Amino acid sequence: MNAHIRKISILALLALAVLAPLGQGNYIVYVLTSWLIFAIAAMGLNLTLGYAGQISLAQASFMAIGAYTTALLTLSGWHWMLAMPLGLTACFVVGLLLGYPALRVKGHFLAFVTLAFNTLVFLVLRNEDWLTGGSYGLVGMPRPDFGLFKTMKQLHFYYFTLGITVLAALAMWGIVRSPWGRAFKALRENPIRAESLGVDTRRITLLAFAIGSVYGGLAGALITPLVQFIEPGSFGLAHSLRILLMVVVGGAGYFFGPFLGAGVVILLPEILRFTEGYYLIIYSALVIVMLVFVPTGLIGVWGRIRERFWPRQQVRADMSEGARLK
Amino acid sequence: MSQFLQVLLSGLATGSIYALVAIGFTLVWQAAQTVNFAQGEFVMLPAFFVLIGMSVFGMPLWIALIFGLAISIVVLGVLFKKMIVEPILPHGGITLIIATMALGILLKESVKEFYSAEAQPFPSLFPGDPINVFGAVLSLQDVFNLVISLGIVVLLTLFLNRTRTGRCMQATAQNPAVAEILGVNVKRMILYTFLINAALAALASFLITPVYLAKFSNGETLGLIAFIAAIVGGFNQIRGAIAGGLLIGVLDNLTAAYVTAQYRAALPLVLLIVIILVRPQGILGTSEGRTV
Repeated sequence: MNAHIRKISILALLALAVLAPLGQGNYIVYVLTSWLIFAIAAMGLNLTLGYAGQISLAQASFMAIGAYTTALLTLSGWHWMLAMPLGLTACFVVGLLLGYPALRVKGHFLAFVTLAFNTLVFLVLRNEDWLTGGSYGLVGMPRPDFGLFKTMKQLHFYYFTLGITVLAALAMWGIVRSPWGRAFKALRENPIRAESLGVDTRRITLLAFAIGSVYGGLAGALITPLVQFIEPGSFGLAHSLRILLMVVVGGAGYFFGPFLGAGVVILLPEILRFTEGYYLIIYSALVIVMLVFVPTGLIGVWGRIRERFWPRQQVRADMSEGARLK
Repeated sequence: MSQFLQVLLSGLATGSIYALVAIGFTLVWQAAQTVNFAQGEFVMLPAFFVLIGMSVFGMPLWIALIFGLAISIVVLGVLFKKMIVEPILPHGGITLIIATMALGILLKESVKEFYSAEAQPFPSLFPGDPINVFGAVLSLQDVFNLVISLGIVVLLTLFLNRTRTGRCMQATAQNPAVAEILGVNVKRMILYTFLINAALAALASFLITPVYLAKFSNGETLGLIAFIAAIVGGFNQIRGAIAGGLLIGVLDNLTAAYVTAQYRAALPLVLLIVIILVRPQGILGTSEGRTV
């Protein structure tokens, strides 16, 4: 796709995001807001999984760290804009501490360590009720108030979230195009070559994981004022899996994959509501079928269709290869 | 002292079942580089095959057990390999891991929707009478569980070390290319590994379900504990998986009895993180070269 069409289509999508909630009921606006929030969490995981090639199953627990930090601070009177950065810092530090041991070892150890970590965080949130309210959770977190622009209304909060999402996406765009981002990609495509070119693979992977965790924390910090009620059950392992599947379904390693994936995962239950309890069965079966036939995700499906009908002249086949999970 | 012995022995009994699950996990990992995140659901499901055999087809318990074992080997062994592992493995290890996660959700939700969301009683295979061992009161069920699972482990080790097929399977796991040159049917050996994994999962299921009841969500903790047992013991060793399983069973019981029941579930997780920090190849494992 040439740069012009790309720019125009991004602007069109953005305009669509601005116009979509107008005239809709509160519930639809709520669903759209949670789509944006999960897209942020998935964007972070995409950096870890799609660009650095490591599985993390702890994205929900980083959301929990962000959410609980923001909730506790805003409940004690801090402004959201001050509480949120603290939550993000906490996620970054925890991400470094957790990733360091796991990435010392080869293979998919990060998957196991993060799996264990997610369960640990859940236990702590449930058992330490002097701080976290135990299984009753925390209620009544205020929504941020910027003087003239109050976010108490659902629609206003949607635009607030949209603003944050755009900023987060721009930051991610910067990261992916920076020397770091190039190093992440080099690592995924050919780790041995990357290492021989002087990329410190362990440090880069660790950094990708920690930055990915920060995005999880940001999503958590936004969930707190959206739902105004958080409890340990919303950050269990099942939710980490859900975010992971968002990344994979959308297309891991593609910049817009997480938005598409989050949209599918959030909106599909609404569309498949008539199937009642069978929704998860249908969804997980579809994911398996997709992985068999198009492992690159839905964005990869689009690529295949395009190749079929508007084939491009291929100069070098090895250069045109898209992102791929190893 | 007698309480300690009691906690220790019942920990060993549970641990030996964990070891069965962990062994299957290790075998499949070695032979086909498949990290199976649905392993817990593989243990949850066979109990339901037995229940279906008994309630739908009216089989007596022992026939239903054989029926359950056979269906498990076909579904969790053959079908799993042919329909999921074979087509996805060429796309890479991570893609396959994610597919097994989706499979786990699929199995769990299917049982919940098509059978029942409630915990189902599962007939006990052995009398639950308490017996007295040096002052410790043990249920006969625990003793049988321990003896049977250790028996299965011994048989499996004999099969792998003493029979021609077993040795071919080991050769395949160690170096598929060389094994193929030496005339081993590598594909068939890998299939056998999946069959053994399914059978071990089914047996573990029959032993553990009378204690925990048959519930769709049983796999969540079991799967996690099996991974941890395999990693703690040593990912590339069968005896490592046994050691890991027993260790976790015992530590779990000791923590619940003497330290904290609230954080009981946290112990294996902390153990995992400590092992990865201090001895990443596992207690009994030999370190494999790090491939960048």
